[in-house]
Amino acid sequence: MLTIGMGVLLILLGYFLGAAFDSAIAGLVIAILVWAILSLIGYFQGDSILLSMSRAKKIGRDDHPRLYNVVEEMKIASGLEKMPDIYIIDDPALNAFATGRDPNRASVAITSGLLQKLNRDELQGVIAHEISHIKNRDVLLMAMCSILLGTIVILAWYGSRLLIFSSMTGSRRSSSSGGGGQAQIIILIVSLIFMILAPIMAQLIYFAISRKREYLADASAALYTRYPEGLASALEKLGTSTGQLKSANKATAPMYIVNPFRKKGMRASDLTSTHPPISERIRILRAMAGASFNDYDQVYRQVHGGKGVIPAASIAAETVPITTTKLEGEAGEPNEVQRARETSDVMWRLSNYNTITCDCGAKLRVPPTFKERQIKCPHCGRTHQV
Amino acid sequence: MPIAAWVVIGVVVVLLIIFLTIYNGLVRLRNQVKNSWAQIDVQLKRRYDLIPNLVETAKGYMKHERETLEAVTKARNLAQQASSAGAGERAKAEGELSSVLSRLLAVVENYPDLKANQNFLALQEELASTENKISFSRQFYNDSVLRYNNQTQMFPSNIVASMTGFKASEFFEVPLAAEREAPKVSFT
Repeated sequence: MLTIGMGVLLILLGYFLGAAFDSAIAGLVIAILVWAILSLIGYFQGDSILLSMSRAKKIGRDDHPRLYNVVEEMKIASGLEKMPDIYIIDDPALNAFATGRDPNRASVAITSGLLQKLNRDELQGVIAHEISHIKNRDVLLMAMCSILLGTIVILAWYGSRLLIFSSMTGSRRSSSSGGGGQAQIIILIVSLIFMILAPIMAQLIYFAISRKREYLADASAALYTRYPEGLASALEKLGTSTGQLKSANKATAPMYIVNPFRKKGMRASDLTSTHPPISERIRILRAMAGASFNDYDQVYRQVHGGKGVIPAASIAAETVPITTTKLEGEAGEPNEVQRARETSDVMWRLSNYNTITCDCGAKLRVPPTFKERQIKCPHCGRTHQV
Repeated sequence: MPIAAWVVIGVVVVLLIIFLTIYNGLVRLRNQVKNSWAQIDVQLKRRYDLIPNLVETAKGYMKHERETLEAVTKARNLAQQASSAGAGERAKAEGELSSVLSRLLAVVENYPDLKANQNFLALQEELASTENKISFSRQFYNDSVLRYNNQTQMFPSNIVASMTGFKASEFFEVPLAAEREAPKVSFT
């Protein structure tokens, strides 16, 4: 619904822009053309642009077995047909995102900071949220919406400047004669107002869509893991950190699990955020009586009042119990220090560093440019073969 | 041609389209049920493969847990034998295996040497994850069966289903008692 609203906005903008320059149809055509070109680029190159912009590194099963396993578990739980690619972003900020234009060509990325901060259940919650974005096709939806928004902003910007410029120099052709002059002025004013309002309205619609999809992804994550507490407690950890992700930008913001630009103590329940406030997401997850969409929707309605956030078609009446006992013991669970070591090992290896563990316990990181055959441990003096 | 004939032809065509749509939907759901059953199978087999390795690694360290280890091996063999049986019997054997395995993983806590063994840790992660994958694939299988069964029983798709021979599928239910024995983990 909201997406259609944005499209209508674009068409209207193009129309009025054109009308101000004597040809409404030409304006329309230009608007749609710009949108189509940007969409094609976004559709075919969006994910690789996003991943390379965030300097994400692809990992395999052996690089980080736990992360790989968790992603595979969620792939199974969601019924996704193809295993998504997994990327790690070397950044201490806590965040994660999903990308890819369709469920068969998708990737999930997580920052190294988040990877070492979360325990297995929390990681599962976060990955489930990202897989939900893939499964619900939010990635494509949000990409198309942000391109729509971008087009509107660009057109309004250039349009308003052109309009001001041409009316100042008075070079605008007057195609009307007699009583047409007054109508011309009215059209001009309407166009100007529209050019100012359209980007703002588009932005608000865009934020509303984004927030809605975030709630839906949270609900799906709870359904897939049957364990809302995992995601809730992960969000709690995410909420306490305020580090901004260096490689994120405004266009890619809705892809992330939490808003990468949030400031400390920001309560962004208002209209101008891509994400719902974390505290509210946690509150809903913790208040769920079961793990089904229905349970999520009920709590959401209690918190917000009015309409629910889940599309009525996907709400089933059956009850889905929350898993209270986990099959895995806590025994094999690495603590935060171990996870930090593990993650830094992976990051070193991904940058082609060779790690040698000396008998004295020291770890030698041998850079790929190191050419000699042997290396001496600086701690105890043993020599190692490279 | 009289208008009535056109109307009849129109109605028949519309009915045919509706029939085909429902039929294709049923086929899709049945395939999803089949696929998700295969997914459970893959994970159960993976568990059969992992357990001997795990027992072998743990044996050297866990002198006092001979019984637990034997119970795991025995449950594994029983489950493997039951894999050709029906869903009900199979679920029971697999539930038993899950519960003895979780008992084993719980006592590992008492063996710090074993917990320091890299090989064992890797195996344990694999096994824990396979356990999760089993329950997630079961969850997805049951969801698929529910959706499929609903379609075969609800009007109007039940007419198409009974005409073309779609039968309801069996759920894969693990006896709850076995699962509830799993150690309680606190998340604070």
